[in-house]
Amino acid sequence: MIGLDTALVRKVVSNGERLDGRMKDEYRDVSVKTNIVSSAEGSARVSIGNTMVIAGVKMGIVEPYPDSLDEGTLMVAVEFIPFADPLFEPGPPNVESIEVARVVDRAIRESKAIDTKKLCIKEGEKVWSVSVDIDVINNDGNLIDASSIAAVAALATAKFPLVDENGKVVWGKKTDKSLPVNGLPLCTTFVKINGTTLLDPTAAEFAALDARLTIGTLDDGKLCALQKNGMGGLTLDEIDQMVAAAEEKAEEIRGKIRAAL
Amino acid sequence: MEKNGTRFDGRKHDELRPMEAKVGVLKNADGSAMFRLGNTYAIAGVYGPREVHPKHDENAGKAILRVRYNMAAFSTKERSRPGPSRRSQEISMVTQQALSSVVFLEEFPKAAIDVFIEVIEADASTRCVGLNAAALALADAGIPMKGLVSSCSAGKVNGSVVLDVAGEEDTEGELDLPVAYYPKKDTITLLQMDGLTDRKEMRKIIELAISGCKKISEVQQKALMEKYAGGSNDRA
Repeated sequence: MIGLDTALVRKVVSNGERLDGRMKDEYRDVSVKTNIVSSAEGSARVSIGNTMVIAGVKMGIVEPYPDSLDEGTLMVAVEFIPFADPLFEPGPPNVESIEVARVVDRAIRESKAIDTKKLCIKEGEKVWSVSVDIDVINNDGNLIDASSIAAVAALATAKFPLVDENGKVVWGKKTDKSLPVNGLPLCTTFVKINGTTLLDPTAAEFAALDARLTIGTLDDGKLCALQKNGMGGLTLDEIDQMVAAAEEKAEEIRGKIRAAL
Repeated sequence: MEKNGTRFDGRKHDELRPMEAKVGVLKNADGSAMFRLGNTYAIAGVYGPREVHPKHDENAGKAILRVRYNMAAFSTKERSRPGPSRRSQEISMVTQQALSSVVFLEEFPKAAIDVFIEVIEADASTRCVGLNAAALALADAGIPMKGLVSSCSAGKVNGSVVLDVAGEEDTEGELDLPVAYYPKKDTITLLQMDGLTDRKEMRKIIELAISGCKKISEVQQKALMEKYAGGSNDRA
């Protein structure tokens, strides 16, 4: 963001306020729209305030990995589109975008929301590959949460493509068969600035953070991922409180996803 | 093309697919727009004039215009690998040239104007749709221009000359000719062709493409009016 003022953010937070007037534990407006890209097997556009991402799921038939011959493959990739932020530059993925992709991937993978064994077509020979690609369209912080909501919504709407009698995918033809998805694993992110914990940080708050914690939660109250970032430390109590708040918030967002399916 | 002269999707030979254009769809970019032609949909965002990085790219006499055309991995039927390809780099280059012809680059010595085009969904003519969005995004960014550039393609399907080859025609099409057109000076600023034809037919195809560009120009102008005459659009 142009003119980010880290010092100002820190000062405002020390006074118990936020630059955009939100409460500490207040999430910005979340909107979820599914089936927005007809070339994709599943897709979703998600906004959190001014942050916007688009996720698309593509499926294909590939050989399984040698260490998991009876399992399909799952991959999450994130592209920071240069128009999303004046500081984004074209080029190969940078470490920030790789972290977003890996945390979202981890939450989905560890939750077992996608049962990769069900994606096996013929053991050792043919399995389904599921690729979730996420384009960051506008950045105002909290890209992990936005990407995770979009990825899960896109997966939950995905339909298998048609396969011909020779076992080849017929591109552009979808079937009615949904990709089996058990549960909606979501990431919820907090930052700590000057000792204060803030939910759903903006880009300005991200630039000013001491510590960040992203928590992956599942419908049944289980946790599926944790990722801390930043130079500052967190106490166990702080972490525990963030997890409790994340469970509650993620459940609210799951309601928005279900309504959009 | 069916035998009775209608096309797979029922269009006439000189008919474009349905269009949609919106200006100002991105919050952060200095200028932005989306353009949709049938199922082909692109978003363009502009930053600048701003400082040039790396410094040695700077031009003391005028601004440099940089264009990056990219396709989302999920924009195609089979997933396209992210990152620059030979194809995307060539399209970036010809798009850059088409836009440079109308931008007053001399007004901003030493500055950079960056144009980013992202194809969200692809069903033929992605370079044209990207260029249409980019021209609007430059206008939205307040970059002084001689005029708008509009782009579309014409081609040949089963021997018939048609405007805006798309969908099922794409696999059967034997010729595709994308054009960018600057109506004010009646000049062509982008021209490519894949396929075989002769001079007479080429003229016919280019004329048809120009007629399409003129229709696109109207849609672009309307989108600018919608934003700058009161209405607002804030969704990509």
